Amino acid sequence: MHPFEWVHPGDLDGALAELKGGGMLVAGGTTVLDLLKLGHPAPARMIDISRLALTDIRISESGITLGGLLSNTDAAMSHHVVSHLPAVSEAILSGASQQIRNAATIAGNLMQATRCVYFRDPRWACNRREPGSGCSAIDAVQPGHAILGTTDRCVAVHPSDLSVALAALDAVVVGRSQEGCFHQPISQFYKLPDDEGATDKCLSSASIITAVEVPTTRLTEHSGYLKLRHRASYEFASTSVAAALLVDDGVVCEIAVALGGVATIPWRSREAESLLVGRRLSAAALDAFCDRLLEGAILNEQTAYKHDLARGAVHRLIDRLASSQGAPQ
Amino acid sequence: MTISVSLTVNGRPHQLDVDARRSLLDLLREQLGLTGTKKGCDHGQCGACTVHVDGKPRLSCLQFAAQLDGRDILTIEGVMSADGKLHPLQDAFIRLDAMQCGFCTSGQIMSGLALLRDYPNATPAQMRELMSGNLCRCGAYGNIINALKAVADASV
Repeated sequence: MHPFEWVHPGDLDGALAELKGGGMLVAGGTTVLDLLKLGHPAPARMIDISRLALTDIRISESGITLGGLLSNTDAAMSHHVVSHLPAVSEAILSGASQQIRNAATIAGNLMQATRCVYFRDPRWACNRREPGSGCSAIDAVQPGHAILGTTDRCVAVHPSDLSVALAALDAVVVGRSQEGCFHQPISQFYKLPDDEGATDKCLSSASIITAVEVPTTRLTEHSGYLKLRHRASYEFASTSVAAALLVDDGVVCEIAVALGGVATIPWRSREAESLLVGRRLSAAALDAFCDRLLEGAILNEQTAYKHDLARGAVHRLIDRLASSQGAPQ
Repeated sequence: MTISVSLTVNGRPHQLDVDARRSLLDLLREQLGLTGTKKGCDHGQCGACTVHVDGKPRLSCLQFAAQLDGRDILTIEGVMSADGKLHPLQDAFIRLDAMQCGFCTSGQIMSGLALLRDYPNATPAQMRELMSGNLCRCGAYGNIINALKAVADASV
């Protein structure tokens, strides 16, 4: 690991000023240190923002704001989050281990790097790590790779559980760039792999995420998260589903569904959701929904299982949410 | 680049100059000689390096030491009482055979201590979930849960 300078600005303005001069932000640091040990290039300068006062949970009539440096544990265990945004709490608690959740931050969770083995190991070609170097994964796809949102640049799965829940609940990423404050809907925060470079985020490099705003409504109170993986715990998703559902007498009033573990970004289709609104909830209706949601999936021998896994996960979670409102499918 | 860090480890204050690249795990083992905290994978996958930072379990291998100014660290060496008596959880691990090779044990104990404090009424299923960040390649999981349960039951 090459030596680097270490600075720890005292406030957000100081951090932005430091960032203007280049360097890498570090908060919880769990992924940063892991990748450096694997041989990823070290920055010339590490900007430690872990002490900035961005750890609060603010409650308003319209939503809950989670500070960017709030620990994943504190967010997941907040009774406000558990009550009003159960999908967020369940998603966080399904991720990593208690040790990592204690160190990891909300902003860091959104920014975490892909777990694609070809990205992590610098001996392989990877457009994410080194734009233009190629993608070793495309010629040797692993069972964990994506079936949706893939391009000829990258097939790596988006790793975050939290961001899948936030996608279903229409969260907004709040931050500061050199130009000022920004509020970016989570639906526009991640982008499909493209020719431009290594990042899958639509975020300028000299920005800091200060918070995530999540609206609280009757719909978000009836939300949940289901994660399926190779072992019972402490594993990234083979497939995950975040959903929110409101039913009245068996008829869908509102629904929002996002998939994790299957795509290069949190995957959501409002067109698919519109197929269900106003319709009686049934296995057949959900099958039609899944058909639309998974439209365009590219499968191979290694990843084909994800297609059925995702359908089953959607059925299971929606059934759970409907049953809690007295309306099993 | 070295960073000056003041921190408390097992109740003892330390003023240290640390390389900005150094993990808490390497600081504990190589700079302070506290080798009870183990280096297993060194990538956050096994939990053998678990310590408490301000009372909360964390992976010392994925923690930059440079970020710990003013923090309070507890390692396995600080768990037994001042008179040399083992903590009830350490005692239960021995009585109930909750280890074979013992390499993961200090990490298991540190996670277990937090579990018993924060979730005293945890069910065995919840215990398994909360302990999932600590691998035991000898497969002593059953007795690890038994040891936790024995201490939890005795505390009621």
